[in-house]
Amino acid sequence: MATVNPAVDQTPAAADPIDPESAEWLGALASRGEQREAALARLHEMLLRIAHRECRRRGPRLRITGPELDDLAYQAAADALVAITRKLGQFRGESRFTTWAYKFVIFEVSDKIGRHFWRNPGVRLDAEDWEKLPDRFGFEPAREAEWRDLLAALRRAVDTELSPRQRRVFVAIVVNAVPLDALVIELGSSRGAIYKMMFDARRKLRAALAANGYMGHDTAGRS
Amino acid sequence: MNGWSELDRFLRTDPRDVGCAQAMEILHVYAELVAAGEPTGQRYPGIAAHLQACGPCGEDFEGLLAALRDETR
Repeated sequence: MATVNPAVDQTPAAADPIDPESAEWLGALASRGEQREAALARLHEMLLRIAHRECRRRGPRLRITGPELDDLAYQAAADALVAITRKLGQFRGESRFTTWAYKFVIFEVSDKIGRHFWRNPGVRLDAEDWEKLPDRFGFEPAREAEWRDLLAALRRAVDTELSPRQRRVFVAIVVNAVPLDALVIELGSSRGAIYKMMFDARRKLRAALAANGYMGHDTAGRS
Repeated sequence: MNGWSELDRFLRTDPRDVGCAQAMEILHVYAELVAAGEPTGQRYPGIAAHLQACGPCGEDFEGLLAALRDETR
């Protein structure tokens, strides 16, 4: 079975000497007293700016606005600062320190948005709204005769080819449009584990549809 | 038929896909290379494949790239 492959890419080359600006950050954050406090305050300010910008970028698609979006940015910046100071020893100089730090605040924004999703009382994890599936993939109602059999075959494959857990994840993400990061929180899982489950489910479903003549065989997706 | 090709694209998997953990681990390195206009496809084909297929990681990458590009303005 093909799997999400952790070994296909080159690992970054042995880290170059850390650039002077990054070294300055590391030195200040590893120091004590006023120098450290000043560095933390400056870093927090930068993280907050990035968090606000990222929340504004994603906000329109999320229906989160105003004070709620600001609050989300503040939480993301605060939690990112904690994560960064805790993991400072893991910075290997493969990028600038600030780029490495921004990554944490972007991840925190994603996490906060995933948590925010469940504040909507209308969301139910186990509902199965298959009627919305054509719209999710952009199938035109006027051409239903052309795609009805395909989606019926897809639904059969979901029921017969997937494990119960794969089916649950597929239905939540694809049929009910639950964001993957929100599902991670609800199931107490990780992004990687849910993605892997979906990856395997996609392969199985495509193979089933190909075996029944609905799609071409995808040799590139097989190991 | 748009829906057909969209479903086909969604179900297609790339065996080079490294998964979320490795993509998240190296995202800062990858984003800096992309922001600098360096070629990344040959060095990190598995990351590129993953970012194309994984909505959340792709979104994080776009956010990090936007942050880097904002800095240089």
